[in-house]
Amino acid sequence: MNYEIVCGIETHVELATKTKIFCGCTTEFGGEPNTHCCPVCTGQPGSLPILNQKVVEYAIKAGLALNCKINTKSHMDRKNYVYPDLPKAYQISQYDEPLCEKGYIELDSGKRIGITRIHIEEDAGKLIHDKGHTYIDYNRSGVPLIEIVSEPDISSAEEAREFAEKLQLTMRYISISDCKMQEGSMRCDVNLSLRKPGDPNFGVRTETKNINSLSFIQKAVMAEAERQADILDAGGTIVQQTMRYDEGTNSVTPMRDKENSDDYRYFPDPDILRFCIDDEKVEEIRASLPELPFDKLKRYINVLGLSEATARQIIKYKKVAEFFEGALAEGASVKNAANLIVGTIFSNMDTEEEKELFDIRISASQFAALVKLADEKKINIGVAQSTLQKMLESGKSVDEFIKPEDLVGISDEELESLCKEAIDANPKAVADIRGGKDKAINMLFGYIMKKTGGKADIRKAEALLRKLMG
Amino acid sequence: MRTGIAELASKLRKREISAVELTKTYINNIEKLNPTLNAYVHLTFDIALKTAEQADQMLKEDDAPLLCGIPMALKDNICTDGLPTTCCSKILDGFKPYYDATVWEKLRAQGAILLGKTNMDEFAMGSTSETSCYGAPLNPINTAYVTGGSSGGSAAVVCADLAVYSLGSDTGGSIRQPASFCGVVGLKPTYGAVSRYGLIAYGSSLDQIGPLTTSVKDAAIVFDAIKGCDKRDQTSVDHDYGVSLAEYLDRDVKGMRIGVAEEFFDGINPEIKSQIMEAIALFEKNGAIIENIRLPALKIALPVYYIIACAEASSNLGRYDGIRYGHRASSYTSIEDMIVKTRSEGFGDEVKRRIMLGTYVLSSGYYDAYYKKACLIREEINREFDAVFEKCDVLIAPTAPNTAFPLNYKGASPVEIYLSDICTVPVNIAGIPAISIPCGEDSKGLPIGMQIIGRKFDEPTVLQMANFYEQNSGIKAGVYEGGARA
Repeated sequence: MNYEIVCGIETHVELATKTKIFCGCTTEFGGEPNTHCCPVCTGQPGSLPILNQKVVEYAIKAGLALNCKINTKSHMDRKNYVYPDLPKAYQISQYDEPLCEKGYIELDSGKRIGITRIHIEEDAGKLIHDKGHTYIDYNRSGVPLIEIVSEPDISSAEEAREFAEKLQLTMRYISISDCKMQEGSMRCDVNLSLRKPGDPNFGVRTETKNINSLSFIQKAVMAEAERQADILDAGGTIVQQTMRYDEGTNSVTPMRDKENSDDYRYFPDPDILRFCIDDEKVEEIRASLPELPFDKLKRYINVLGLSEATARQIIKYKKVAEFFEGALAEGASVKNAANLIVGTIFSNMDTEEEKELFDIRISASQFAALVKLADEKKINIGVAQSTLQKMLESGKSVDEFIKPEDLVGISDEELESLCKEAIDANPKAVADIRGGKDKAINMLFGYIMKKTGGKADIRKAEALLRKLMG
Repeated sequence: MRTGIAELASKLRKREISAVELTKTYINNIEKLNPTLNAYVHLTFDIALKTAEQADQMLKEDDAPLLCGIPMALKDNICTDGLPTTCCSKILDGFKPYYDATVWEKLRAQGAILLGKTNMDEFAMGSTSETSCYGAPLNPINTAYVTGGSSGGSAAVVCADLAVYSLGSDTGGSIRQPASFCGVVGLKPTYGAVSRYGLIAYGSSLDQIGPLTTSVKDAAIVFDAIKGCDKRDQTSVDHDYGVSLAEYLDRDVKGMRIGVAEEFFDGINPEIKSQIMEAIALFEKNGAIIENIRLPALKIALPVYYIIACAEASSNLGRYDGIRYGHRASSYTSIEDMIVKTRSEGFGDEVKRRIMLGTYVLSSGYYDAYYKKACLIREEINREFDAVFEKCDVLIAPTAPNTAFPLNYKGASPVEIYLSDICTVPVNIAGIPAISIPCGEDSKGLPIGMQIIGRKFDEPTVLQMANFYEQNSGIKAGVYEGGARA
């Protein structure tokens, strides 16, 4: 039977503030266990939390970037549950007054996936199981998180992936998180149920956790939808439970529950005062937001005239877009800059991570200097590509590889006489060409390139050769 | 009357006595009396003598702080770096924090000498100090009676002169009621006036640290030393008191408006009522204006207090699971089993009762009916106090409806003991300051306490009124004979 997928995604994003949400400890990833800790983040008796204002600011940034309404009054709540990684036996979170509400992410199709709410909270520590023993590392305890809850508006695995991808990219653009799913700085939980098309009621939903890449989101949604469909087809019922996605087997299995009960006994944390956010502050943060990725995409296509495919490749990585725009600011042309980035620079990068990191040895202005030579036709695109490659390998500027004397352009007259020379010097090739072996023209190109040290405009040369050969 | 802090400070500066000598006097007195009184649960004599030597050095300087070289005590729920801090609970057995509470940091910097940590009700939950895992402290006035609680040890050490002053904590009367039972002065400051950082939480929105002393002036001096905004406690407030508090003490009471609410006198022991009324008459005779006022919401303050305090406590005490510090069950089959056994063994009955109560009132389905409603009534109580303080400068009330209970007095139910907090809890609910000062004794010779309640951050007026009574009533604190300063 056919079912309709009803899916919402809860995303935890670790905020890239320097210090934790309630104390001055560093948020740096890793470190020897329990070295990024203090009485506050390990919940020592008598310690008290102090809310980090940067966390509030970052969360507001996220809210504005996701088209949310920012609540001017907010407070922190305690979510009580017992687990060894939670040192106070409560997580300081937000329950009924989240910082941001009612936003959306627009998919390429134009469909909007609603954002129900965004709230701030603290992360827990980490359990490490080793040889029958369990150890606890509280370095992550107190690292600030935002939880972004979507409406159940997602109706396919593709949409789920696109939603998460757009969310990730937006968070990266506003520099509030590196959103590395592998390292856990972005964690998506998928809530999913099925219903018969046209049925106004929701089915029983499950929550799938442990999804640590974008492509696994798509796979997990498909796997869970199939699992539920099989149960329903066999006349069974779905049990509301927490599931775990296993990437190895691409399957979804029930997870052992952390808590015995779902009653978190939320109540306002008496240690943290209610806080107000004035409109002025919100407007200040709004003004500080950079151009968001999908506004950039539209501008690249509509204003800069890039093809959609190229534009998407560039906006997909914040640093790449910055590099591209940096080169444009230095006077490089849109088309050559874009093509050299997507062609030459990307060919040096095998993985998404490398492109995201975009750790290259030349600056945008060094790059622009090269692009401009191509723009001014002082070098052809092939030379530009090979020179760029040498620059990337060495970190040196373009003038290390192309001498000023090389840059004297080949005049049309010179080119024409060179073409004549080439024809005269290669009678066999000319005969072959005339006889239909067009490939033989490469012999003539080679002659001209050799004579000019690769500086000749090969398209112009081709046109001239063909004219001369009749 | 005993030598006050100011006089002792002056003697120390004049070299009439050294800090080391003074400390030794107190140590001797503690060694003599504490085995009976059980007022201290952890003694820190070695450190006390070491700091006394340092204090003697500091005292050579002209600008040595007032509290330098003065021996004192801390309630066992105030964190002291490297020293036991157990809340008199088995679950914190052996716990030594690696940080100081802000109040102790401040006093230590002044050269204060810590003699030890004082006995208390387990996690400050109780009105007799009998829920302590170390057994109850005895009332120095009459050892057949309790000290009151929860800061019973802090009141007893001051009463028996086993410390010049002590700090306690007050969530629902825990400084004032034992002060009243032991015949000493106890000040509960405005919520936010003193940092709670390092005070092991019971009811976070109610807890406040304050001094127990033998005179109002000493209370003013100690309060002055510990108050102030703390960047480690968001609920602490940066309040500017203007001039030093001690300067307010000698102001006249003429024209001061004293509110008397009949709700505070409902069901009060008649001996206590008549003493308080006599005290009010003394103020009136000296030109104060008495206003009869009503505070109808007080009648439901007690359940509001127990709901809010227990709700917060149930959450605050969740962290004691045996994983990171304190007691851990010796045998268990799983992590869940370990936590359950540790908590079952580590907490006493009263603490368990309040955790269960608090868990219940926060549970879904009951939250609105209990916790949320209690918060709404709390707002109503605040409004009533605000209105009353439009017309009055202070309120006068008994500190407790009764004098000290005999030891092991069980009452009809735990609720009967809870009722002894009836006069003190409204003050915590409203976050306002109040002092308990000695106001005579009952026919059994047990001290009676009078409570003076003020506006938020108006400790100066509260202390002024209390000082006036102390100076003019002829009733002094420190009834106990045979103390170190006797």
